[in-house]
Amino acid sequence: MLYLDHAATTPMRPEVWEAMSPHAETIYGNASGSHGAARSAKNALEEARERAAAVLGAQALEIVFTGGGTESDNLAVQGAALAGGGRGAIVTTAIEHEAILETAAFLAELGCPVRIIGVDVSGVVDPDDVAAAVDDDTAIVSVMAANNETGVVQPVRRVSEAVKKRRPSVVVHTDAVQSFISQELNVDDLGVDMLSLAAHKFGGPKGVGLLYVRSGVGLKPVLHGGGQELGRRSGTHNVMGAVGLATAMELTTADRDRFNTDVGAARRSFEEGLRRRIPDLEVNAPAGGRLVQHSHLRIPGVRNETLLVRLDQRGLAVATGSSCQSGAATISHVLAAMGFDDRRARECLRFSFGWTTRPEDGDSAAEIVADAVETLR
Amino acid sequence: MRVMVAMSGGVDSSVAAAMMVEQGHDVIGATLKLWAGPKGEAPTAGCCTVSDSEDARRVAAQLDVPYYVLDYTEEFMSGVVDRFIGDYFSGLTPNPCIECNREVKFSRFLEQAAQFDCDVLVTGHYARTRRDDSGWHLLKGADPGKDQSYVLYMLGQAELERVRFPVGEQTKAETRTYAERLGLRTAAKPDSQDICFVGDGNYRDFLRGRAVETVQPGVIVDTDGRQLGTHAGVIDFTIGQRKGLGIALGEPRYVVDIEPSTATITLGRKEDLATAGFAVASVEWVAGEPPPAGVFDVKVRYKTEAVAGRVVASPGGATVEFDQPQAAIAPGQAAVFYRGDEVVGGGTIVAT
Repeated sequence: MLYLDHAATTPMRPEVWEAMSPHAETIYGNASGSHGAARSAKNALEEARERAAAVLGAQALEIVFTGGGTESDNLAVQGAALAGGGRGAIVTTAIEHEAILETAAFLAELGCPVRIIGVDVSGVVDPDDVAAAVDDDTAIVSVMAANNETGVVQPVRRVSEAVKKRRPSVVVHTDAVQSFISQELNVDDLGVDMLSLAAHKFGGPKGVGLLYVRSGVGLKPVLHGGGQELGRRSGTHNVMGAVGLATAMELTTADRDRFNTDVGAARRSFEEGLRRRIPDLEVNAPAGGRLVQHSHLRIPGVRNETLLVRLDQRGLAVATGSSCQSGAATISHVLAAMGFDDRRARECLRFSFGWTTRPEDGDSAAEIVADAVETLR
Repeated sequence: MRVMVAMSGGVDSSVAAAMMVEQGHDVIGATLKLWAGPKGEAPTAGCCTVSDSEDARRVAAQLDVPYYVLDYTEEFMSGVVDRFIGDYFSGLTPNPCIECNREVKFSRFLEQAAQFDCDVLVTGHYARTRRDDSGWHLLKGADPGKDQSYVLYMLGQAELERVRFPVGEQTKAETRTYAERLGLRTAAKPDSQDICFVGDGNYRDFLRGRAVETVQPGVIVDTDGRQLGTHAGVIDFTIGQRKGLGIALGEPRYVVDIEPSTATITLGRKEDLATAGFAVASVEWVAGEPPPAGVFDVKVRYKTEAVAGRVVASPGGATVEFDQPQAAIAPGQAAVFYRGDEVVGGGTIVAT
């Protein structure tokens, strides 16, 4: 099988599992306890927190371990909007992950004003548009680092500068779930107050993520209970997951240059090979403005769902980028925001490369896809 | 042979898939997502629920065949639901299952199955197909209590070449036994009922919810035009309806006419419902061309017995004359013509 759906999830790196496995069997204590078994777990947890913080240029206590990217996004938006018992306004973009948009919709029901900023036809948000929507009520601005469907990179640093210039007290959050594997992220360089990551997108385990929360930012917790994570996220610590997350972050950082070289080569040969046989192929991203691992393509006249099944039959795993619980393709809100009508949106597929991709995979994939497209046209 | 099996999550299509696997075919299973909530999510009640597609997925996994959920919500909305609503507001009594077969399953989905290199499309319908020197024939299912050939009359030679109905060769009881033998999780699942997309509610609530602004109140009159009462909208009535008229007259009265343009409902006696004949439009002949005029068994709704009638084909249509007048012929329903067990053709009743 040729797996080109790494943006959905990617295999765990073997070193990550190696680092995690002792926590299933020998270091099994509850990190909140006071005995030796608990101390071992607590030590591993706090070491993981320090390692994760170091990768992002943050302080250890600014890292909140969560149950994944969705939870991190919920905690960021909900936590900041409801902080201090208020009903703060939320400014975000039309292309955010559902974890942001649905949380914003939920908060709107609770009385929080929500402003959704559109993007241009290439899928990029204008920082000035975002800043212009900020007013006295605004509690949080959330703009993703790169889009999960198209891979289009967003100007997070400029958003942060524009927002802070207008109102320094507004909290700026970025969902960096999709971008971390190929982009070095430093919270001060980005100028963000909060940042979400999910371990399984870069070779860590599923079900664990983190939210970076800049020191001094007030958050109302989403999960209430035993007060773990300095009261910001209750629930028994997932020590094994945190160790896996931190290990995957370090490995990703160490492997990033190689990743970008190999994946870049694979994507280049993939798209060049495809274009030779499908000249009307369209790349749904601005030149030079997308993550190296994403190839979000429109193949005119071919319905994405039909092509996806054809490719699956030939052992190539890809995604339509947007699907419901049953697995059926749905019209993507991201493409709709970029001005795609339903017909064009249904001609788009997402190919995403990952850390296990070999440079030569691009040629193989191009051949499989072009063959399938030629039979369908 | 590579076969695409349309799997609804019910026992019939589960067994159809299992039979194809046991016969050694290369099987792909698919559920058509026909209906979605406002945000595109699968509904929790009615058809296309997450639990239905989950049953289909699990059966496919047990049979070790690839399985997909394919999005047909747009086609279903425009080809079936919108028409269903429009027909009701036009005083017709539509059959959405037939439109779904015509507009979705045996047209667009059949095309898509071919795009997946599938030689045939298999469904769990109770009907049979046969081929001889004269071409393909569509026959009633082997189980007289479950026959579904009525909703398949639109299948012509090109479609019959590419569809198979394996469970149509056996009884429903045999289908359940087959499912039990394989331990399929759908073995004891109840049959689906009513109109799939209406779900738990009744179709009138559905229509009101969908098109409330077009529900106009009107009058109820007798066959002499005398006003008997008023009503809240023509969608509350179908031809032949006796119950729920909201009027007590001391003797049984039936809806004999629905006039949507004036929102007038006419009630009459049982004999006023009797119709000697009717016209049929959008007629499809299974053989590809009409047979000589003659007497056929004519079935005018899914759950009634066929009765003898003389069928005369006209370009694109037909007329039917009964030996004995028949009650409650409802425009919008399908009339299907049989010769013995064989479906000859059918179409939509347009006028009585």
